[in-house]
Amino acid sequence: MNSSVPASDLTDPALCERLAAWIAGVAGAREARITDLRRLAGGSSREIWALRVALVGSAQSRDYDLVLRRDPPGRADEGSRDLEFRVVRRAQRAGVPVPAVHWCCTDPTVLGTSFYLMDRVEGEALPRRLLRDERYRKAREAMTGQLAEIAAAIHRIDPDDPELAGLPDASREGSPARVELEQATEALRALAPEPHPVLELAARWLSRRLPPPGRRALVHGDFRVGNVLFDESGARAILDWELCKIGDPVEDLGWLCTRAWRFGNDSLPVGGIGSREELLETYAKASGQPVDPQHLLFWEALGSFKVALVFIRQAWVYLSGRLPSLELASLGRRTVEAEDELLRLMEEEG
Amino acid sequence: MNDQPTAEELLRAVERFLEIELVPSLSGVQKFHARVAANVVAMVAREIELEAGQLGAEWQGLGALLGEEGELPAERRAGREALVRRNEALVERIRAGEADAGPFRRECLAHLRRTVDDKLAVSRPPRQRA
Repeated sequence: MNSSVPASDLTDPALCERLAAWIAGVAGAREARITDLRRLAGGSSREIWALRVALVGSAQSRDYDLVLRRDPPGRADEGSRDLEFRVVRRAQRAGVPVPAVHWCCTDPTVLGTSFYLMDRVEGEALPRRLLRDERYRKAREAMTGQLAEIAAAIHRIDPDDPELAGLPDASREGSPARVELEQATEALRALAPEPHPVLELAARWLSRRLPPPGRRALVHGDFRVGNVLFDESGARAILDWELCKIGDPVEDLGWLCTRAWRFGNDSLPVGGIGSREELLETYAKASGQPVDPQHLLFWEALGSFKVALVFIRQAWVYLSGRLPSLELASLGRRTVEAEDELLRLMEEEG
Repeated sequence: MNDQPTAEELLRAVERFLEIELVPSLSGVQKFHARVAANVVAMVAREIELEAGQLGAEWQGLGALLGEEGELPAERRAGREALVRRNEALVERIRAGEADAGPFRRECLAHLRRTVDDKLAVSRPPRQRA
């Protein structure tokens, strides 16, 4: 912990005043007035706050409706928000729908941890509503194509752009698919004290189906329907860029199709709302890069492997006594859902 | 032998209380967690009902795959440990590549399908199963 600010609650008047002074400074205003500051739900690894900011005495006196994304106090990875901020700003310039980002602060004397500020975009983020509510019928029809085009726009960004410097780059070691599979397999063995024959069998199977190293691209890294802000007409903004990296662009498409994000609607593999055929066809048109369905399937299957890891890891957070959460405990018993999918894929191959 | 209701029946009573009486009176995170609690209690009831048969079948399946004889220890903890050891032996053979192809792969897939279906029968409420 290198936090110089002990208070963790932004509603602390001293903290709020420091934030206001910092915003005024960075925006070139005489004063910044903060109102309606409140913590938002979600953001398991980052704190998210909503606030209104009125700039007074600047060239552009105006009101902002903002979201502040912040490392939780005590997490000493200062600077990581700066990289995320740069990536989102770069994606925004490339025409990717994201909440417009304004300012980033890595100075721990302001709020104790690094943070950045972006526009608050109105919209819904709960996939279950997207899948079930009548009001999102049009959005359901439009979103597979929209997400294919958005993925193509992300993957068109030059991975060697100086703005992206510092991102993890699995392409450097040859095949991002091989690196990701090895990391996942090692994580499974380091994490799970009990044997998992289905996952071990799946790891061998995946290693025989490694796709050839494709083109290098900026990869969102958590591209699934749950990270899309949407309204009645479809996708409004892509959220949660903290796992972005340089790698194989097909990973984003495979993760989008991974079974866990279909919420039971297995007949439509793209997040429970669309077909792989539509996804790949629109993506090929938008990117000029046709994707081999077997290549997509590799990343989709590795996605299920990683979902199993997430469930095992969450159960261990409970079992280790770190967090006495009923929800975490119950998630351990969902590991079998990802095993079921991996087994199905292996059975299909015969 | 304990008096009635059985453990399963008591768990069903807890599930009913959580689902029918508590959940509607709560909101937000608490409502969500009460629902999770109801699901967990129902899952444990299904596990109690199915456990003996499922553990026996997994033991037999692993024995056939590994060519091992022997009874599953009757005591719960010892039984679980014995099953873990057989699964570890299976994992070793998988890592050595023995299940990459051929008849052993087919037998492995068939055995793992049975155990995964058994686990799903416990973890998923019946209405969510296909």
